[in-house]
Amino acid sequence: MRKGFFHDNDFKGWLYLLPAILFLGAFLVYPLIDVWIYSFEEGYNSAAQTYFGVGPYNYSYVLHDPYFLQAVKNTFILVVITVPLSTGIALMISLGLHSIGPLKGLFQTVFFLPYVTNTLAIGLVFMILFKKTAYSEGMINLLINWFGGNSVDFIEGPYWAKMFVLCVYTIWVVMPFKILILTSALASVNEEYYNAARVDGTSSFRIFIRITLPMISPMIFYLVITGFIGAFKAYSDVVALFGTNLNAAGMNTMVGYIYDMLYGDSGGYPSYASSSAILLFVIVLTVTCINLLISKRKIHV
Amino acid sequence: MKVVLENLTKIFPGRGRKARGEVTAVGDFSYEFPDGKLIGLLGPSGCGKSTTLHLISGLQKPTGGRIFFGDEDVTELPPEKRGIGLVFQNYALYPHLTVEQNILFPLQNFKGKDKLSRTRMLEMAEEAAKLVQIEELMDRRPGELSGGQQQRVAIARALVKMPRVLLLDEPLSNLDARLRLQTREEIRRIQRETGITTIFVTHDQEEAMSISDQIVVMKEGIVQQTGRPQEVYDDPVNLFVAKFLGTPPINVFVGHVQGSRLYIGADAVLGVTGVPDGEVYVGVRPEGFVPCGDGPFACDLRGIEVMGRDTSLVLSNEVSLNPVIRAIVGGETPVNEDMQTVRFELKSGKVFLFDQETEKRMYFEGSRL
Repeated sequence: MRKGFFHDNDFKGWLYLLPAILFLGAFLVYPLIDVWIYSFEEGYNSAAQTYFGVGPYNYSYVLHDPYFLQAVKNTFILVVITVPLSTGIALMISLGLHSIGPLKGLFQTVFFLPYVTNTLAIGLVFMILFKKTAYSEGMINLLINWFGGNSVDFIEGPYWAKMFVLCVYTIWVVMPFKILILTSALASVNEEYYNAARVDGTSSFRIFIRITLPMISPMIFYLVITGFIGAFKAYSDVVALFGTNLNAAGMNTMVGYIYDMLYGDSGGYPSYASSSAILLFVIVLTVTCINLLISKRKIHV
Repeated sequence: MKVVLENLTKIFPGRGRKARGEVTAVGDFSYEFPDGKLIGLLGPSGCGKSTTLHLISGLQKPTGGRIFFGDEDVTELPPEKRGIGLVFQNYALYPHLTVEQNILFPLQNFKGKDKLSRTRMLEMAEEAAKLVQIEELMDRRPGELSGGQQQRVAIARALVKMPRVLLLDEPLSNLDARLRLQTREEIRRIQRETGITTIFVTHDQEEAMSISDQIVVMKEGIVQQTGRPQEVYDDPVNLFVAKFLGTPPINVFVGHVQGSRLYIGADAVLGVTGVPDGEVYVGVRPEGFVPCGDGPFACDLRGIEVMGRDTSLVLSNEVSLNPVIRAIVGGETPVNEDMQTVRFELKSGKVFLFDQETEKRMYFEGSRL
């Protein structure tokens, strides 16, 4: 029987929870509330702790800022292209890894290596591949020239060239984790289901669609959700490829925009940063909710 | 459809650094499974009975020998071309599909001219469901069914294509005792109704004896004996088969034959002709003991278990290989719990002699002493 908020035994429970509550409260809940408040305070100055008034002006400013709109567009393109592609390619590679016999361990290691590779090393590789320097035009351009095409400046050139590099980079970086998850998901499907299907003369395509896919769908769904969230939060990869002045390069992302508003060369606007952060939060929340709704119908658990 | 095995052999290669050579899972198996019968493949675990089933299904390729369905050689055919229905030990029902979708699954695989119309498929699924009595479960998922119901769904899925041969891998092992009794009758009934040659694998001799038309007893990849359950029980060819069949199990003693007399310990129990003098194993079925005041064979009485119709005597004897001896005697037995020792006559038809070296059966003419 529970009478009050604090029961005898509850006290102990709350005591155990206290450290976590304090940390989460100070570093998660409080900042969240604070950002929400800042986003409505016009012209907030963090040094002087002053502001002019309260209202939706910050949101209006951000939504009319072409840099923000560009960042939203970039982020959405990145999400829409990389999440399905990386998940699909990872699924194909996992299927391959699952079905080969010899050298399985070796290939699994090779495909997982990027996960433990230093970001700087990856950046270097991409520079060799794509960047124009005094000495070379990058390996990809060499290839293009080989086939008789004209060089493309992938780092400082046209928008779609840059977006292409960003997408390739993102896909390549998120792939190993997805392969790891999917190979273990495939391995956990009971062999008997396949035997049963074989006895009934099921084609391998149908086995994949009707058995394998539904069986591993919870894991695919997990990868899609985390993939969406991860791609919406893209920032460091973009900086690694295109430098810090992302607005000028036209390659900013939403997180990049928030960062720039706070600390960038044109920064010092915590109010704008806050309202754009809230906007990002709303977008991610909406997308995740849609994902969950779809999954309820489609995912076998 | 009769199923004929000719010198069927399956050898698994040794594996790893400590490979201890090859393992013969099935060795030189020749047998004709008669048409339209229920046949039990029986043996302790690891005896190759499941491998035999997988070889017949085509999921595994034999190392040697041939398999015929009727007159057709199916040895090289893949499983889907053999026209078999296979029920897996853990049923392997697709958990994300409903019962109906599970049963429809094999039918939806037909392509080209064999392709069935939607209504025809539903009809066939309905028919199969009716046969195993699960019509009212069609919209459920396997996770919402009991073990026995899942078993029925698995059988319906295997039967829906009207296979030439139905194979069941340990069909009852995942069920509790009560359900097991019920389900084995069910399997018997379904087999009778469809007339499909059915081969099932089990390690439970009672299960095999109770429903099979024929049983095949295997040990370490080698077929020991085949025949009707009662024949095999009454006439085992070796000590292994004698010990494997029957509950309670056969009582085995160390004995010897001297001058046409069979001795168990010091007691001369039976007159035997046709057996050379020497050490033998003596197997006596529990129902082979007849309590008799001046009988030749004495055992110490440990206890009496009354089981309604029959009475089971728990006995001991120093030359017995079993820890206890069990004798089943009629309800009106002169034995009571105050007795220290009980004397028996042995029914010679229930006494088997086995060579101590080869454990092969030694046949004899028995007579009372």
